Amino acid sequence: MTASSDTILSVRGLRTEFKGDRGHVRVLDDVSFDVGRGKIVGLVGESGSGKSMTALSLMGLVPKPQGHVSASSILLDGTDISRLDAAGMRRIRGRDIAMVFQEPMTSLNPVRRVWEQVGEPLAIHKGLGRRAIRARVLEMFELVGIPEPKTRLDAYPHELSGGLRQRAMIAMGLICEPKLLIADEPTTALDVTTQAQILRLMRDLRDRVGTSIIMITHDLGIIAEMCDEVNVMYAGQMVEQADVFDLFERPSHPYTRGLLASIPRATEPRTARRMPSIPGMVPNLAKLPPGCRFSPRCGDVMPICQRAPDLVGIGSGHAARCWLHAPQDALPQEGTS
Amino acid sequence: MTMTAQKQPDSGDRDIVLSTRDLTKHFQVGGGFLNGPPRTVRAVDGVSLDIRARETFALVGESGCGKTTLGRVMLRLQEPTSGQVQYRGTELTDLGEDAMRGLRKKLQIVFQDPYASLNPRMRVEEILAEPLRSHGFGSPADIRDRCAELLEMVGLRKQYLRNYPHQFSGGQRQRIGIARALANKPDFVVCDESVSALDVSIQAQVLNLLTDLQDQLKLTYFFITHDLAVVRQFADRVGVMFLGRLVEVGTTEEIFAQPLHPYSMLLMSAVPRPDPRQRGRDRPMMQGEIPSPMNLPKGCRFHTRCPFARDICRIEDPALQSRGDRAVACHFPLDG
Repeated sequence: MTASSDTILSVRGLRTEFKGDRGHVRVLDDVSFDVGRGKIVGLVGESGSGKSMTALSLMGLVPKPQGHVSASSILLDGTDISRLDAAGMRRIRGRDIAMVFQEPMTSLNPVRRVWEQVGEPLAIHKGLGRRAIRARVLEMFELVGIPEPKTRLDAYPHELSGGLRQRAMIAMGLICEPKLLIADEPTTALDVTTQAQILRLMRDLRDRVGTSIIMITHDLGIIAEMCDEVNVMYAGQMVEQADVFDLFERPSHPYTRGLLASIPRATEPRTARRMPSIPGMVPNLAKLPPGCRFSPRCGDVMPICQRAPDLVGIGSGHAARCWLHAPQDALPQEGTS
Repeated sequence: MTMTAQKQPDSGDRDIVLSTRDLTKHFQVGGGFLNGPPRTVRAVDGVSLDIRARETFALVGESGCGKTTLGRVMLRLQEPTSGQVQYRGTELTDLGEDAMRGLRKKLQIVFQDPYASLNPRMRVEEILAEPLRSHGFGSPADIRDRCAELLEMVGLRKQYLRNYPHQFSGGQRQRIGIARALANKPDFVVCDESVSALDVSIQAQVLNLLTDLQDQLKLTYFFITHDLAVVRQFADRVGVMFLGRLVEVGTTEEIFAQPLHPYSMLLMSAVPRPDPRQRGRDRPMMQGEIPSPMNLPKGCRFHTRCPFARDICRIEDPALQSRGDRAVACHFPLDG
């Protein structure tokens, strides 16, 4: 994977640490991935996997001074944003890279009218006047399918339903036509029928406007419906990367396989009284097991899993961090270590 | 679903544990000095259903449909506005405080949020001992033994009795919430979104625990959830709720294989499928938003979102009609 004109975002060696009373906790460890132009790329994982922290690190929103972000490079459309200072990040945030959060109620200011908030990035980045902003917000409300958009401009957030608030948040994210939109669990707080509408909207926007999207979710159903490429995260690391069809047909990391086996499926009849599950729980990042971080829960564990595996390519853009897939010459010889 | 309580005493599994008849819960909102006249929210609006012994009955619906209120009113954690609830032949709505307290140990609830439903200042042992003491379980030594037994029953080591809730993960806390509900050997357990806040790998563990406990302890579950995938893999029967009413009831397999109510069908088709080959851009999709429960549409409550609505649907409210083991409230059921 090399950065090219087809790649809007290329992250290499992203590492985020937090300083605590008991030393450093590394919440992201050597995270690398690409987002193709006009693609929807999924980051999937459970709580503590680092998927939201990846988004905050890219946005320059990791709290300081406790948090520290470093990277070999983060190329956004060819420009390395990992070298930007706080003022530099403020210039691109909302303009070149924007984010939609999970809870549309808490991410809107309750005492300001919706149009002023949705249009705020235009005031900050483009210096537009109120009338121009209002007109542009109206266009955006039409784009994201808010019914009776004119009457909603002057609404306060509590006057909109959860689905409409999330549409307004997406309008705000897209108002400066960013190169990349990061959506962090954008439908988790919504009902399933509203979720289907918002997911369709995001797909349509990608198809019509060509927005590149990072979709962060814990839901493999959303990944399957939405994404072109998938990155599976576990305990702060990438453990598998693949094209979406490849990932569901040939899951290669035992964690991915376990996840796919343990998701309940609405489309298939129940076959057993008990469901397949992954034993144990996600490790505490301050007390990681030696070697492979998944090894204490893994059914395929081997002696070599005491050593940390690398993320290795296993063909056609598919990669897995697991000794099962290590090339033979990378394995240490018996008796030496 | 039977509209008249048909007890079948010869088949133990078919015994009805809990039934409701025309149960309603209305809330008054507003009505303050500045708010104008009070308005009524019909959170539960005439629900009749029978829950059979040792089954898992799932109640599904979107937020605001009244499913949580129904679960609470069934246990008389909130008083119903009208209607009846019977538990094994006893009319709960007639019981006084003391008699109700005596029955409480048979009727339990496991809540959604494992972070909010355990007192952070109490050790696990105190959390589990509280319901035992309030029902006069036995001596302090008996109670200690029972707490240890409960913890092991939900798959946690008894060494954890001295710990506080914050020392546990979400999945472990939900196990503690389950242990607390089971302390007094209940018969009927309401699980209100009990696995919804858990990660996938932990969710499967807790669902398996609930299954094992049901088999061991002969429990009946009333499982409230918005997650249709969990319902299909966990429940025996399903009730679909929309704006305070049951719109469809049936066995899980019947409802998923052939939903009869358009709302059930649209709800199921909205679930994202974990298979990219089934990407459904042209699946039927519900339009618009749920009407306000304060301002219900005339006729069928679903007609404003229903792709099949005809004139009669805007005028006449369809009743829940039994058809053998199923029931549906629709003028034009989908197999018609």
